[in-house]
Amino acid sequence: MSELLALDGLTKRFGGLTAVNAVSFSLERGEVVGLLGPNGSGKTTVLNMISGFLPPTGGRIALNGEAISGLRPNRIARKGVARTFQLVRALPSLTVAENVVTALAFGRRTLWGKAAHEAAHAHLAAVGLAGRADQPAGALTYIDQKRMELARALAAEPELLLLDEWLAGLNPTELRIGIDLILSLKERGITVLLVEHVMDAIRALCGRAIVMNAGRKIADGPTAETLRDPEVVRAYLGDGHA
Amino acid sequence: MTARTLLGLLVAGLVLAALAALPLFAGPYAVTLMIGMTGYVVLATAWGLFSGPTRYVSLATVAFFGIGAYTVGVFSETLPYPLVLLVAALIGLAVALVVGLSTLRLAGVYFVIFTFGLAELIRQLVTWYEVNVTGTLGRYIFLPVTPEGIYWQLLALAAATFLFSWGIGRTRWGLALKVIGDDEVVASHCGIDITRLKLALFAVSAVIITLVGAIQAPRWTYIEPSIAFNPTISFLTLIMALLGGADRLWGPLLGAIPLFLLFEWLSANFPNHYPIILGLVFIAIVFLLPKGVLAAVESRLRKGGAR
Ligand SMILES: Nc1ncnc2c1ncn2[C@@H]1O[C@H](COP(=O)(O)OP(=O)(O)O)[C@@H](O)[C@H]1O
Ligand SMILES: [Mg+2]
Repeated sequence: MSELLALDGLTKRFGGLTAVNAVSFSLERGEVVGLLGPNGSGKTTVLNMISGFLPPTGGRIALNGEAISGLRPNRIARKGVARTFQLVRALPSLTVAENVVTALAFGRRTLWGKAAHEAAHAHLAAVGLAGRADQPAGALTYIDQKRMELARALAAEPELLLLDEWLAGLNPTELRIGIDLILSLKERGITVLLVEHVMDAIRALCGRAIVMNAGRKIADGPTAETLRDPEVVRAYLGDGHA
Repeated sequence: MTARTLLGLLVAGLVLAALAALPLFAGPYAVTLMIGMTGYVVLATAWGLFSGPTRYVSLATVAFFGIGAYTVGVFSETLPYPLVLLVAALIGLAVALVVGLSTLRLAGVYFVIFTFGLAELIRQLVTWYEVNVTGTLGRYIFLPVTPEGIYWQLLALAAATFLFSWGIGRTRWGLALKVIGDDEVVASHCGIDITRLKLALFAVSAVIITLVGAIQAPRWTYIEPSIAFNPTISFLTLIMALLGGADRLWGPLLGAIPLFLLFEWLSANFPNHYPIILGLVFIAIVFLLPKGVLAAVESRLRKGGAR
């Protein structure tokens, strides 16, 4: 295995608040890793810096050994990073297919026309949205918008996929489908960093978990062990339970 | 689809031919009217080309319009006419690139204020230069261009503008513009270079506006900064595009024609109250039809169809 992503001393300050405090870790190619932590611990901010949405205050991010920290999102996307957002961001006035075509047309392969539409349909079918291609994206239910957002991210054919609470809000059946979907990505060799609160999903999907608390990384290792770590338990449940 | 496209192009070509033939039948007043109207149709469409998808409200229209007119004023006697137009377009392009690079990061009302200030700044600079360096304020433009010639040039520019807007809508850049209109964050995360796209669009729009000013300049025979850089032109363009709906190809056209006729009538009949009425119309449009006539008609139709 080789290293795909490396964070080194990554820091983000918002005024006086240090949302991410000198976080370092790396991902091997093909790994599916969970990024956990209580609300407000800085998980989304880490993803935001990797995707280029926010510039880091300090530290370094490297993809395939090449520094990407501070690049704009379009540059980083073209280097092979795709993401979904914690609060779904559909392109509501576009059709479902156009949402996916956008990622194809401006991604690394720049597909357009018939080829793009065929590829978009395939990506939509893979997330269970076959037949919805021509609906306006704004008319989809929340869950279907999440599916579409995943199809859009996958259409970019990313090397690294960032999922921010993509499974949140699903009912048990949908959760099962969602987990299977992410497992299928793992089989395709896509490296995934997922922020998640659903513990069953983390156990089923992630060989490794990284835990953050108050902006710092407090644990990093095999999932089962990490979840038993006293400091992790304390962070999640408060001091009384440790 | 291709048959429909061909039919559309054919109809557009016929309409264009009919419009071009108009001066052969109509009198000089009609030609004057058509020059003004075609000018505003192009201004509003070019304005919508940039502001429709990006939702930036620009009041810089007259900055570029005036640059076009003044370039003709300065070079009309030293350069052949086609070259004057080319120089005007290039100056407009250069100013648009500088302004775009420095301001497209401004959001919302800051952009509006900046563009308004820009037009005033350029007007003051030109005035200062003419007074202190040239020693005169106004300039005469004596060009052997007939009103029909001006009208045909504007018509050609209008056709080129519509062809550009329509053509870009069929490429992936057209999709990118729709994406930017919906969510810039998603756009950039999908690999779209939004800064560059906005800059390119701003530049194309500005060059078209500059050319309108340059082509119309010979109509005045005498120009001075307060004529060429009259801020009313920016406001009218804005209202027209908003009335029709800036995010649609035909929207600005549908706004420009009735408003141009209305304002012609008002300025002829109520010259003293004209600015007040202009302001009232502006307010009425923003409140009653914030998304434009076309969008209002469409939603009315959709509701009617659902019933
Ligand atoms: N754009 C921002 N501006 C100011 N503060 C922010 C911003 N984004 C996040 N924060 C703050 O940073 C901290 C970490 O937020 P976040 O990364 O969203 O946490 P998590 O995803 O782990 O719940 C929170 O205190 C949050 O309020
Ligand atoms: Mg979060």
